[in-house]
Parts: sequence; C-alpha cells; structure tokens
Amino acid sequence: MPFIISTLLFALSLCLLPLTAGAEPALRGTGDLGIVIERASGSVQIVDTTRQTVLGRVQGLGDLSHASAVFSRDQRYAYVFGRDGGLSKVDLLTATLVRRITQAGNSIGGAMSQDGRLVVAQNYEPGGIKAFDSDTLALVADVPATYGTEGKRSKVVGLADLPGQRFAYALFDAGEIRITDLSDPRNPRTTAYPAGKQPYDGLVTPDGRYFIAGLFGEDGLALLDTWQPEKGVRKVLAGYGKGEAPLPVYKMPHLRGWSIAGGRAYLPAIGRHEVLVVDTRSWEEVGRIPVKSQPVFVMARPDGREVWVNFAFPDNGWVQVIDTLRNEISDTLQPGKAILHMEFTPRGEAVWISARDDNQVVIHDTASHKVIRSLQSDSPSGILFSTRAGRTGF
Amino acid sequence: MHRGLALAALLLASAPLMAAEPDAARQKSLIHLVRQDCGSCHGLTLQGGLGPALTAARLKGWNPADLAATIIQGRPGTPMPPFKGLLDEADAHWIARQLLAGFPEGR
Repeated sequence: MPFIISTLLFALSLCLLPLTAGAEPALRGTGDLGIVIERASGSVQIVDTTRQTVLGRVQGLGDLSHASAVFSRDQRYAYVFGRDGGLSKVDLLTATLVRRITQAGNSIGGAMSQDGRLVVAQNYEPGGIKAFDSDTLALVADVPATYGTEGKRSKVVGLADLPGQRFAYALFDAGEIRITDLSDPRNPRTTAYPAGKQPYDGLVTPDGRYFIAGLFGEDGLALLDTWQPEKGVRKVLAGYGKGEAPLPVYKMPHLRGWSIAGGRAYLPAIGRHEVLVVDTRSWEEVGRIPVKSQPVFVMARPDGREVWVNFAFPDNGWVQVIDTLRNEISDTLQPGKAILHMEFTPRGEAVWISARDDNQVVIHDTASHKVIRSLQSDSPSGILFSTRAGRTGF
Repeated sequence: MHRGLALAALLLASAPLMAAEPDAARQKSLIHLVRQDCGSCHGLTLQGGLGPALTAARLKGWNPADLAATIIQGRPGTPMPPFKGLLDEADAHWIARQLLAGFPEGR
C-alpha cells in the first residue's frame, strides 16, 4: 500500500512538471512565467522571463483576437478571456488547459478579486459583468449592464478590481461608470455614476483609489475617487483637443494602472498624436508630449523612469520612449511589423514586445534599448506575466 | 447644358466604381488589413466587438456603394474612422463586395 501511494505521488509529480526534460522533474516556481497570446491560432505560449525561452504551448482557446488574461493569486494559473466569450483556465506549470467555459457571446477581458476567489469577465454581448469561482469557473454572479427605460444593455469596458471585493467599470453605450460590490456575491450591489460620452476603457490607480475612464466621444477623462464615490465623477483634461478636429483613430487606446509614474499619469490622447501628462494629486494637466501617431499603450517601466508608447495602424511599426524627467521623447524604435503589445519584466530590466506580422516576440534591454533576443510566436498579441497576480487593477 | 456637365462629373466621380479590381497581391494585403486591423474593433472573425459584426448575414440589405462609402468616409459620431488616404475607391469597393459575399479567410 505505501508503495502504491509513493508510486502514485511520483506519477502525479511527473504529470505536474512535464516542462522539464528528463526523468527527474525539477521543482520550480511560477513567478517568472507568463503567457503570449497567439491571436490567430487560438493558442498561448508559456514563457520563462528569466531564461527568455518558450516552455510550451496551450491550444484550443477559441477566438483570441482581443484576448487578455488575469492570474491566480498563487501565480500558477492564467485565466484567458477570448473575444468569443470563452474563459479558459491555463496551468502555467503543466502547460495544459484545465477548464474552459463559454460565458458570453462577445467578451473583452476581465479582472481578479482582491481575495483571489472571483474571476470576473466584462462582456460586450450580452453587456454586463459575470463573476466566476476562480477554482471551478462556476458562475457566482451575473450583473447585466442594463440602462435606460427599455432594458437595453451596454457594452462594458475598463473593468478593474478595487479593494473590498468591488469592481469598477464603464458602460460604452450608457456613458456611466459603475461600481459593483461583490463582497456578498449572491447579492451584488451596483452604483452608477454619469461619466461622459462613449467611455472606451478604464484604469484604476495602483493603490486602488481612483478609477479613470477614457472617453471617445469627448475631450477629457472621467475620474472617480472610489474612497468617496458619492462626490461623483470629475472631468480631467477637459477640452484637451482645443476645439481642433480630431485625427482618425484606427485602434482604441488601452488604459491600465501602468500609466502612473512618479506621481504623474501618462495618458493617450484620442484623435491627437500626443501623450497627456497629469499630476495625480491635483489631476491637473502638467504637460503634453507630441508622439509619432495615435498612442495605444502608454506604459511606464516599473521604476517609472521611462514610458514606452506604441501606436495604432498604420504606424504600428514604431515604439517611442519618453524620458520622464524631461517629459520628452528620448528614443524612437522600430522593433518589427505590427507592434501590438509590450510587457515589462517584474522589475523592468527588459521589455517584451509582440510583433504580430513578423511572428516574433522581441525582447529589448530597457537600459540600452537594444534587442536581446527574439522568440518565434504565431501572430503574437498580448504578453502577460504572472506577477500581474499581485497588482491591483491587473 | 448644366445638367449635362453635372452628369459628366457624376460619371467621372463614379469612374472608380468601374475601375479594375485590386491585383492579387493587393487583395492579399486587403484581406490581412480587414482581418487584423479592422478586426481590432470588428473582431478577427468579424463577429463584432466595439464595432458591429461585418458578417454577410449582418450586412444583408446593404448595397456595396454605401458600404464602400462608409469605409472611405467613416461614420461621424461613432468610432468608425475614415480610411480615405489608406484605401482608394477600388480597394473599398472590393472590400465591400467581399464582405457582402462573406469575407475570405486570412490564413
């Protein structure tokens, strides 16, 4: 009997660690792992950011054309949200698909609760948010984004976790910010705040206090202090377009807490080729930096010393680096064709950049800005590292 | 006379409608553009996203000229941008016809 148990345990340990070669499976952690979304083939690569290698590939995740992911609190599992409403739980250690459900018709991303027990999806169709048990993916709460008097449902954007099992998000069609409290998931409590025209994405500051929705339909952003939400939404950067006709936007910018560096928020303008700089204490504009094209991701290096920017089609072959001391462009790079996303390693010595049309992930050193290595990847888009697990708003 | 001029102008303006189809290489890059870059709002499978679905079923009843005009001019008040300058009339009409017939797979 003890022999059987030990054999069983050994077999189990082999199952858990097929990533290592040879008969002796080595134990390893997951804090330096991550995933690369292969958008066209419905797969993700599991990557190791220390050794800068691809460890495996997990297939069968559906339509990943606008995929994103969040991570379990123990950094072992990635929850991948697919465009087709699929929610897939991927084991980074074994490079396997643990569970997959189809939870909506059209989904755009998700968030993880403060305690790590709920994984929440934001959906375009049917518009709303849904919470799932992060262990089993069983549905725990369904909160439709209903607005107006006719029962219409809005597309949901910008979902972010807040302390206290709360979630903030914005309603594209209804022009609202909402906060849903899921501390008692059977009785979700939602409060709505008028925000402005056509919110397209949102972010929460790294401390979980301020939620900001970017607005497509007007010049400005909507700011809600979630410590005192009863004060309502305040417009920041109102009229930043100065009445000039907006330039065409061929891809919506993406907002997350990565915009904050050194007490300032670096935010993409809409319809202007500028990065707007705001003081995070006063929320007043302190500058604007002309850039190559319509910014999409405006991401601070973890130390905040630099901000890296990529751009919308047709200028998506470029990346620019902002020096945050001078608030000027310090470098302009061409890392490849169709740069869709960037992700810094946990402490920022390197940045991984996806070049979709080169079928490559290009790793740059952030001190020299030089290429360290390129990895083969099939039409890569999002690159997401497991250390997101510990960050509010990711 | 004026009417004749107007008619001539109209014929000239609509000349691109009769223009030759984009060549094979251009068609390939247009398929890539629609799937990948239009796809960032309309979905890689064109089932919709922030923008509406662009499947043949959803577009039923549209005429190709209106669809091409939407591509070229965009839709003010919505996030749909004008593709004028990036696509010419022949490109837009070709894309419109493909969308109405069911857009080719990119791969």
